[in-house]
Amino acid sequence: MIEIRDLHKSFTLWNQGGAVIPVMAGAHLTVAPGECVALVGASGAGKSTLMRMIYGNYLAQSGSIRVGGLDVARAEPRQILALRREVLGYVSQFLRVVPRVPTVDVVAEPLLALGADPADARARAQALLARLAIPERLWALSPTTFSGGEQQRVNIARGFVHPYPALLLDEPTASLDAANRDTVLRLIEEAKARGAAIVGIFHDEAARDRVADRVVDVTGFTPQRGAR
Amino acid sequence: MSGERIFAENSGRSFDERSRAAPLLQVRGLTRRYGARLGCGDVAFDLWPGEVMGIVGESGSGKSTLLNCLAGHLAPDAGQVIFATRDRGPVDTVTMSEPERRMLGRTDWAFVHQNPRDGLRMAVSAGGNVGERLMAVGARNYGAIRASALDWLGRVEIAADRIDDRPLAFSGGMQQRLQIARNLVTGPRLVFMDEPTGGLDVSVQARLLDLLRGLVRRMGLSAIIVTHDLAVVRLLADRLMVMKGGQVVESGLTDQVLDDPQHAYTQLLVSSVLQV
Repeated sequence: MIEIRDLHKSFTLWNQGGAVIPVMAGAHLTVAPGECVALVGASGAGKSTLMRMIYGNYLAQSGSIRVGGLDVARAEPRQILALRREVLGYVSQFLRVVPRVPTVDVVAEPLLALGADPADARARAQALLARLAIPERLWALSPTTFSGGEQQRVNIARGFVHPYPALLLDEPTASLDAANRDTVLRLIEEAKARGAAIVGIFHDEAARDRVADRVVDVTGFTPQRGAR
Repeated sequence: MSGERIFAENSGRSFDERSRAAPLLQVRGLTRRYGARLGCGDVAFDLWPGEVMGIVGESGSGKSTLLNCLAGHLAPDAGQVIFATRDRGPVDTVTMSEPERRMLGRTDWAFVHQNPRDGLRMAVSAGGNVGERLMAVGARNYGAIRASALDWLGRVEIAADRIDDRPLAFSGGMQQRLQIARNLVTGPRLVFMDEPTGGLDVSVQARLLDLLRGLVRRMGLSAIIVTHDLAVVRLLADRLMVMKGGQVVESGLTDQVLDDPQHAYTQLLVSSVLQV
């Protein structure tokens, strides 16, 4: 489902004397449907960079990133937009939404973007919010004022509302209590069971051990730091 | 032809139909000079149905010149702006006859100005402002026009009892929402926006952004939005073009251009704002 080959990336900082910072060299990764791969490596080793490249958020210099048949490293913006709508979900650590949009609509939006019936989309969003223990009185409010843990769960609901065939999860259980953490891990297990290919970053080792089938150390993909 | 019916036809298009469709707009080699100075040079891009494209750059970068050339307000010196018309397929709007282009401006195209005063008739009632555009495309039944105007005032969150008030009595945010209603009532397929949230309070901006996003999605609209506000394009635009000195220096997915800018100017632009 996800296949990365010989991926290279460096940042060129034009306003700092054109400094070139290599961040990825020769990265390889294959994730099969129903499989969860956890990325590990020290802070700054490039876990998030690799996830962002898979999502098309960071440009690749060379190599290929195939997700569901599309090479994200070479795709047109509109192909990546379609991929993100239909195939590839992303739960980031940060919630970025238009202020004042009700939580239920924030969560339903991925379904609405796919042309789902608004009533069905909202019903599905409400079911997920309930499962993630977001109190019903908050559903009509914007999540911008929520606590960190609540925002995290809204982000997760948004990432699981559509059954994406591929999912990127950046610290999905950070800042959650035991009950909510368990709910999120169940959601991940269910996604795997329906065949989703998942790449995740989990600092929570117990969570990682529970849902990840394999661990990939990205330190090997970052030559400068790896050589140190 | 009622605005409501056109709206129903627009929103009835399925997602698949929209994603499979041909480009709505194909721009090739678009150039405009002011004497020796370049307004915009050799701009080319495709816009697909349902896509929102942002154009950013500082004052004088050529973004407004480009928008006005695209919308037919300014004649380019060279280049093509090919629009997928409903009846004749792709047509170069630059070489189109003036009456044809004006008809397009009343039907399939809409233009939202930064200053609502440029897009509204300030001495005409709110309902009249919306109804006027319907009448321009042939609507004649008073009851239907007023019903349509009321419906659209509701959609842009203007209370029904303000329908007979003139926009002069409205706040800036309300005026901008009225301008949007006036523009969208005829069910356009392409909307040009020039700094649509400029000059509004931050809280009013958020409300307008939410409104625009909802309308774009529900109507399957395509839009080209010129702004200097990177937070606005982050939330509203799928794709981004960065302009400097009349040239497009960088383009791509909005979040990619903002998070991994490749060009020195874009890097400077992104690092100069507090947080986007």
